[in-house]
This record gives sequence, structure tokens and C-alpha cells, in this order.
Amino acid sequence: MTAFYVLAILLIASAVFTVTQKSPVYSVVGLLTNFLVLAALYFTLNAEFLGIIQIVVYSGAILMLFVFVIALLSSGIGPFSEGPNRLPRVAIPAVLATLVAFGFLAFGVLHTPLAPTTPHAASLGPVGTANVFGSVADFGVALFTVQLLPFEVTAFILMVAVIGVVLLAGDASPQKTRGSHEKSALKSAGREPIVKAGR
Amino acid sequence: MTVELTNYVMLSAVMFFIGVVGVIVRRNPLIVLMAIELMFNAANLALVAFSRAWVNNAGHIFVFLVVTVAAAEAAIGLAIVVAVFRRAKNVDLDEVAGMHG
Repeated sequence: MTAFYVLAILLIASAVFTVTQKSPVYSVVGLLTNFLVLAALYFTLNAEFLGIIQIVVYSGAILMLFVFVIALLSSGIGPFSEGPNRLPRVAIPAVLATLVAFGFLAFGVLHTPLAPTTPHAASLGPVGTANVFGSVADFGVALFTVQLLPFEVTAFILMVAVIGVVLLAGDASPQKTRGSHEKSALKSAGREPIVKAGR
Repeated sequence: MTVELTNYVMLSAVMFFIGVVGVIVRRNPLIVLMAIELMFNAANLALVAFSRAWVNNAGHIFVFLVVTVAAAEAAIGLAIVVAVFRRAKNVDLDEVAGMHG
């Protein structure tokens, strides 16, 4: 119980830190803390595979992507390290509307029975032991038998993302590309006789 | 004493709405993307908590899918940021309103 409250306070504090920082680099640090605390919360919820995924994929891959983009864009250009830091006019109405929405959601959560009335804790075990609920083996069996379709959809989403990123952020100047193509064509034309002579 | 499911869901809701405020208020596209990641993770926390309460694996698989979608979203969002920045030399989301109509 105490662990939960400590983790919850850390989670909310790091989320607020992420959103309120002026520089994106500090936001990344806050987000990293947030993800690590969330991984700890997953471990307390018997989801050991998801805790590991949270550390490896989020903290390892996605945050590195953010850091790379910050490093790429902030080089030499002033505003990016700071970013636009004036408070927009929407700030106060946005916070008020969000609080109202949160009130509605909290009302719904607190007045609805969420958990089953008869808890079946038979297959629950300590995190780290094999073949209990949420262990890697349990997750893997579900992923490759009953839930195979979501797994395949995952692969498809990643492929779409790769193609989209190459199209969006690739070299967007066709002039330069054509020039390099011609140059390489010339080079290969010049090399062709040598290859033929070698035969 | 075990922690109730309601506590986890309320924590998830708080985190989600912090992300919402970040998306609405901030004008730096990178911080907006990070706030979106916060919202994804809040939803993940609720899914894992429900999964634990009902002792059902489907929530974990759903979180796996959400993590993949979040990775794809971050990659494509950052690619858009890089492309827009290359063209406009600007990072303020209010200034980059070419498709505003």
C-alpha cells in the first residue's frame, strides 16, 4: 500500500514535470522517470513482461528517438532548445475544461463496480515465478495461440511506420537525387569496360 | 493490504488528464508528442490494472498492441516534425498552420 502511494506520487510528479518544462530535453528526463516508475507499477500488478517491455521499448527506443530528434533540430538554431514559452490564451480554459472532464470520469469510476465481486486469485503468484498469471511464459503462450491476430497486426503496423518515416523524413529534394543518380550512372558506365575486359 | 483497482484507475485518469493539458496548452511539438505518450501510458496502466483484477490475459496483449502503436506514432510524428522544420524553419505549432484553412 505504501509502495503504491510512493509510486503514484512519483508518477504524477514526473508527468507534471514533463508537461511543464521549458526545454524538451528536461521533458525527456521527466518522461524517462515516468516510464521507469510505470514499469515498477507493472511489476506490482503481476505484469512482468510488460514491465520489461516498458523499460526496453519505451525508455530504450522511443525516448532515444526523441533525444535524437532534439539533437538534430537544436543544432545551430536558437528557438528549438528553448521553444515557444509564452503561455497561450487557451491555458486557463483548457485546465478548467480538463478538470471538469476529470470530475465526470472520477464520478463514473467511483460509482461503478469495476472489479469482479468474487476474486479468483487461484493463478496469481509472486512476480518472477514461471507459469503464473502475467509471467513471460503465460504472455507468450497467449500471444502465439489465442491472440495471434493482434501479433500479426503489430508486425504490419511496424512495417507501415517504417515506410511512412522513410517517405516523410527521407531526402525530399528530387533534383539532388537525380543528380547523384546520373553521377553514379556515369561512374558505372565508365567502369563497365573494365568489367567486360575482366571477363 | 492490497491496493484496490479503483486506486489504479484513478491514478491512470490523473495521468491521462495531465497529458491532455499538455497537448492543449504546450506549443512545442516535441512536448506535445511526449504528452501524447503520457496519455498512451495512462491507458496502458488502466488496462494492466483491469487485467490483474479480472485475471485475464487479454489486457496484456492489448497493452502490447498499444506500445507498438505508440512506437509507430512517435516515429511518424517525429518524422513530420523534422519535415515541417526543414521546410518552415519554425517549431511553434501556432505558426505552423499552413493546413489551417
